[in-house]
Amino acid sequence: MSGNYIPSHYLPVISILAFSVLVGLGALIAGLLVRPRRPYEQKLAPYESGNLPVGEPRYRFSVKFYIVAMLFVVFDVEAVFLYPWAVAYDRLGLFGFVEMMIFIVILLVGYVYAWKKGALTWE
Amino acid sequence: MFETINMKILLPELILICTGLAVILLDLVLRKKETVAFIGVAGALLSAYYNFSLMSLGWSGAVFQNMFVLDGYSSFFKLIFYISLIITIFISLNYIKTERVSSGEYYSLLLFSASGMMIMAGAADFMVLYLGIELMSLSLYILAGIMRERRTSNEAAIKYFFLGAFSSAFLLFGISLTYGLTGTTSIIEVAEALNRLGPAGRNITLIAVIFFVTAFGFKVALVPFHMWAPDVYEGAPTSVTAFMSTGPKAAAFAVMGRVLFYAFGALQLQWSAIIEPLSIVTIAVGSILALSQTNIKRMLAYSAIAHAGYASIGFLPGTQEAFAAMINYLMIYIIVNLGAFAVVVIMRREGIMGEELSDYSGLAKKNPLVAFLMLIFMFSLTGIPPLAGFIGKFYIFMGAVEAGYTKLVIAAVIFSAVSAFFYLRVVVYMYMKEAAEPSVLIVPHSVKLVLAFTSIMAILLGIFPSVLLDFARASLLG
Repeated sequence: MSGNYIPSHYLPVISILAFSVLVGLGALIAGLLVRPRRPYEQKLAPYESGNLPVGEPRYRFSVKFYIVAMLFVVFDVEAVFLYPWAVAYDRLGLFGFVEMMIFIVILLVGYVYAWKKGALTWE
Repeated sequence: MFETINMKILLPELILICTGLAVILLDLVLRKKETVAFIGVAGALLSAYYNFSLMSLGWSGAVFQNMFVLDGYSSFFKLIFYISLIITIFISLNYIKTERVSSGEYYSLLLFSASGMMIMAGAADFMVLYLGIELMSLSLYILAGIMRERRTSNEAAIKYFFLGAFSSAFLLFGISLTYGLTGTTSIIEVAEALNRLGPAGRNITLIAVIFFVTAFGFKVALVPFHMWAPDVYEGAPTSVTAFMSTGPKAAAFAVMGRVLFYAFGALQLQWSAIIEPLSIVTIAVGSILALSQTNIKRMLAYSAIAHAGYASIGFLPGTQEAFAAMINYLMIYIIVNLGAFAVVVIMRREGIMGEELSDYSGLAKKNPLVAFLMLIFMFSLTGIPPLAGFIGKFYIFMGAVEAGYTKLVIAAVIFSAVSAFFYLRVVVYMYMKEAAEPSVLIVPHSVKLVLAFTSIMAILLGIFPSVLLDFARASLLG
């Protein structure tokens, strides 16, 4: 155990980290110094695509939305994995087919569970 | 090129996890909800059968580049987990119907949590150990909050989750420090590396040991890290509290023993010096704060804290003999504690919480047998002679006295006498107070079975103390 290990090959990582922090902060500070500041009420209001804002933005959503969002993420990721598999299917052969079927069956079981538990019914 | 993986060794864990998965799915199709509970029990029994038949066939050994082992040590702890799991399922059968908890998730989370504990007990590598702890804890966080409509249950889950996350962070920091100093996460290799390191290197490793003790201290609720225990134990469903105060506590002791003895054995004097004040303060705080509790779950929570203190005395001498006394103590404690919780569970009826001490007034009038069994459990938890609890404490104290911890043992015995006050107060309520409206308890058959098993064990292990202790000794050797 020598106590003077210096991870020198991580130097590029550290320098790109420092550089990106510098660029990000630099742009913000430069903007702050250069831009004109003339605030008035309409300008400070949150931008709602031209509509007048109504009420507080942070009110409680029904938990149903979160369930739908979670299910969406799961099956969206499934689709993301299916695309490259479909493109490279001719080279993966039977092994790839079986692997993907196992993956789909696992997600299908989850789907059946969500369905039976009533996560897909809105009321 | 590839190590041929001997999956046989993983079979007990795999069976339990597959049972958990099957339970959550079968719950969707089965009409009778008790069936899934019995599938869970069957899975646990099958897993236990494989575990002990593998042991008796001499199939013990290590898999995955020595990351996971099956040995006598892990088997003894697994026996504790099986008992804890099966008894918890039995006492849950009617209770979760009263509380209207959905059964599939409940039982499968119990099974997952138990398999997490088994992975902890068999872990021979810090990463596997961490995964086991997380599998156990994540299941428990959900179980603590499974009564979604009850505020106290939600509070319990949140508190448990936050403090559990803290303790995981401490554990990971300890692991990373150890890795930095020794270049390995394998428990055996850490021990070898410590022998190579000079005294200076070992002293730095002590910082990592402090982090480990802190993390495990959270899990077993040693005193400066015990704050979560009373609130969580009180808020969680009673059957889950019964489970939490037994299985996971033993599992935390299992990894604590594995890490301290097998990885940091070279630092035994140092870690004994760390645990010594913790154990006595734990006993003192647990015993004294239990005195003022009127809620029986809260009282049993402080009692569980005190018992963790007694058990941790078993670490101090650093000998195999003292450690055998400790695991012997843990086995006795979990059986008796589960018995006591079985009584608390049947006190909960439709419309009656049954958690206050005053609910026990006059219990002996209408339910003499239940009251008598509760008396046995309370006497055993106090450590009154013919019962198992006395034997457990006796061997722990004997080991500590032989190693020269006389003052500590005297203090522990004094606090043990203090603890008699709150345990026997339950008995006083049951036998010497009049109830406002005495009612006959309905005891389901499953709970009858549990009460019979735990009370018989509480008496038998007290009369034949050497049986369990010899088994514990043999487990540590093989």
